[in-house]
Amino acid sequence: MKPAPFKYVAPESLDDAVALLRRHGQEGKILAGGQSLVPLLNMRLARPAVIIDLNRLRPLDYIKNGKDVRIGAMTRQRVAELSPLVRQKLPLLAEALRYVGHPQIRNRGTIGGSIAHADPSAELPAVLAALEGKVVLQNGRGTRTLGADAFFLTYLTTALQPDELLVEVRIPAHDHLGTAFLEVARRHGDYALVGVAAVVDWNGGRARDVRLTFTGVGGVPVRVAEAEAAATGRPLTDAVLAEVSRIVSAGLDPEADIHASAEYRKHVAGVLAERALRVAVTRAQRRERDTR
Amino acid sequence: MKRGRAEGRTIKPRRNSERVASPAERAQITLTINGTRHTADVEVRKTLADFIREEAGLTGTHLGCEHGVCGACTIHLDGQAVRSCLMFAVQAQGAEITTVESLGTPERLHPLQEAFRDHHGLQCGFCTPGILMSTLAFLRESPHPSDEQIREVLSGNLCRCTGYQGIVAAVRDAARRMRGTA
Repeated sequence: MKPAPFKYVAPESLDDAVALLRRHGQEGKILAGGQSLVPLLNMRLARPAVIIDLNRLRPLDYIKNGKDVRIGAMTRQRVAELSPLVRQKLPLLAEALRYVGHPQIRNRGTIGGSIAHADPSAELPAVLAALEGKVVLQNGRGTRTLGADAFFLTYLTTALQPDELLVEVRIPAHDHLGTAFLEVARRHGDYALVGVAAVVDWNGGRARDVRLTFTGVGGVPVRVAEAEAAATGRPLTDAVLAEVSRIVSAGLDPEADIHASAEYRKHVAGVLAERALRVAVTRAQRRERDTR
Repeated sequence: MKRGRAEGRTIKPRRNSERVASPAERAQITLTINGTRHTADVEVRKTLADFIREEAGLTGTHLGCEHGVCGACTIHLDGQAVRSCLMFAVQAQGAEITTVESLGTPERLHPLQEAFRDHHGLQCGFCTPGILMSTLAFLRESPHPSDEQIREVLSGNLCRCTGYQGIVAAVRDAARRMRGTA
């Protein structure tokens, strides 16, 4: 028996889940896919008094089309990865999901769970930040909607209050944009040393808008505004990309750990930025050709 | 003195939150493993992996890291490959589980097991049950896998003996054999 004793309850309705959360407050811990929480329990790094298991909440398992694609918090990562709607409308999410653990992990892991866990090395928070998506939080009194920048506060910490449940993730459809997700990890499926989500709005041989969002280089998904500005409004020649790469490396301030030094992370981030922009632009150009 | 109804306990109108079931430390669960129903009263903190090994006595499912990294405990939950150390038995209430014991018998191996034997896809065998269950789910979804796909799916299962060459060859051959039997 690995985890410390806890009490367990599995609500079958959203109202019940929110009521339980209000009743147990700080003592209660939400169990979604469990692929991050159960390791913490097994190692006794987390010892909540009450586990509130959301896996019987079928109403939080959905993917709905729209200008913002709305994904229920308990949608399994593997279901989203294989969803034709996600592949068509949210190509950046579909690409990033392939880097989340392994299929065995994604069969249980959920979209909402990964975002609420807010590991800055994880892929899904970066995707949400890169696309300026939103989360819907619910408590007993109602719901509020927060943008990614207001939601992620620091390492494993979000704006979620103890009585609030993350119920939905909204990601703007971006099938008109060029996107790419790349990362460098020690082994496929490990948390990446550094990852990047590149988003390019390509028009007439230039980028109208560029977003570069990095994982693993700070407490939250990190965007580098100066690098985005340097890539915007210009043809992305080798010289421009080299400049962007330099700005990224210089502009980041990652921590060192047992896996990689800070210098190495800065270097890898610059290289990944350049590669991801090339891929994103190529995809945007292909889309332009195909729709003409 | 025993408390009776006649004492006139006041019954408050139930608020919404009071309908909700109370949290418990033990639960009675029923689930199916390899076609056999198992009912047991378990501590809610018991992992599905421990339930399979200790309650059902099926020790083919191995436990390596117990935090989701090594893949040795991979089983099928309602047809999908998952880590049985990363969920609690109580969460598998009503589920259909299959474990490595469901594959074949010593006299009549599953084509996947035959391929692992023929290609030396194992040495000590500790990781093998998890690898078999991961690749079985994978080959059902991808009957014509590339070597790159095979290596990608195997990245979720650690083997410290073989260096993986024999495992990759076994999965490649198993795909061919399973297409033949399908």
